[in-house]
Amino acid sequence: MQDIRKALYVGTRSDGRLIQRPMSPHLQIYRYRLSMVLSISNRLTGVAATGGAALGVFWLAAAAKGPKAFATARKVTGNPAGQLLLVGWLASVVYHTVGGIRHLIWDSGKRYDKEELNKDGPVAVGVTAGVSTVLAAGLLGVAAKRARALAKAGKAS
Amino acid sequence: MTDSAPHIEVMRSQLSRARGLGAGGSGTAHWWAERVTAASLLPLSTWFIVQMFRLGGTDHAEVVKWGGKPVNATMLTALIITTFYHAQLGLQVIVDDYVHGKAHLPTRILVKLVTSLLGLLGVFAVIKLVAAGSRRS
Repeated sequence: MQDIRKALYVGTRSDGRLIQRPMSPHLQIYRYRLSMVLSISNRLTGVAATGGAALGVFWLAAAAKGPKAFATARKVTGNPAGQLLLVGWLASVVYHTVGGIRHLIWDSGKRYDKEELNKDGPVAVGVTAGVSTVLAAGLLGVAAKRARALAKAGKAS
Repeated sequence: MTDSAPHIEVMRSQLSRARGLGAGGSGTAHWWAERVTAASLLPLSTWFIVQMFRLGGTDHAEVVKWGGKPVNATMLTALIITTFYHAQLGLQVIVDDYVHGKAHLPTRILVKLVTSLLGLLGVFAVIKLVAAGSRRS
């Protein structure tokens, strides 16, 4: 035995005989399933949502600091790249919420069979896409409308 | 007693098994905190999105006025604390899963530090907005 990793894979069978323990296959061995993408996505969107929450706190701190800092924050929230970031945050929060609700349902022991899991997966994707699109369009629309009205009022006065 | 009597060697003491706190010493506390904060975030984040419909595109004065109101300040503080506590719990699990060896502990401490500081920044921003609101009125 030359490799230490091989030594770590030696186990004993219930009758006491030494055997080579089975190795679990690695990621690329498994057949693609939607559930595995949804599972890792819940983690990724959780991290993304945390990043977005950090931005949200910076926005709040800018408002607390004063008009000048808030104007800088508005430069971020007002331009297309910043808004793309905000939409990304929103979509992450929506998916993480959908995924989180599914986890709470599973924790209560429901919808946890293979058939139910595979049936609910596409529904989760659809709900996320729908809710995210509606909220993003609504929020961006309301914000743009209000900003335009404010700019007009500012010019008039 | 005969030699064939069933006998299992367990290093863990019976007391440790009865306490059910496991090797980490905290039992299911982390898991529960994750679920409870998740459930609390459902109404809190819904409230925040509704507020963003009211605030999107407004100027500085409006945001300050909004943040200074007691109910808004309460909801904001609850949202911020719950969010970053939940983020801390979740990120810790990710660190535990993917960061091994010597890097594990420093990364875990870093996660705690960053999420705590961000939460504190949010809380103090709300306090400042409330103070500004009470000064004006």
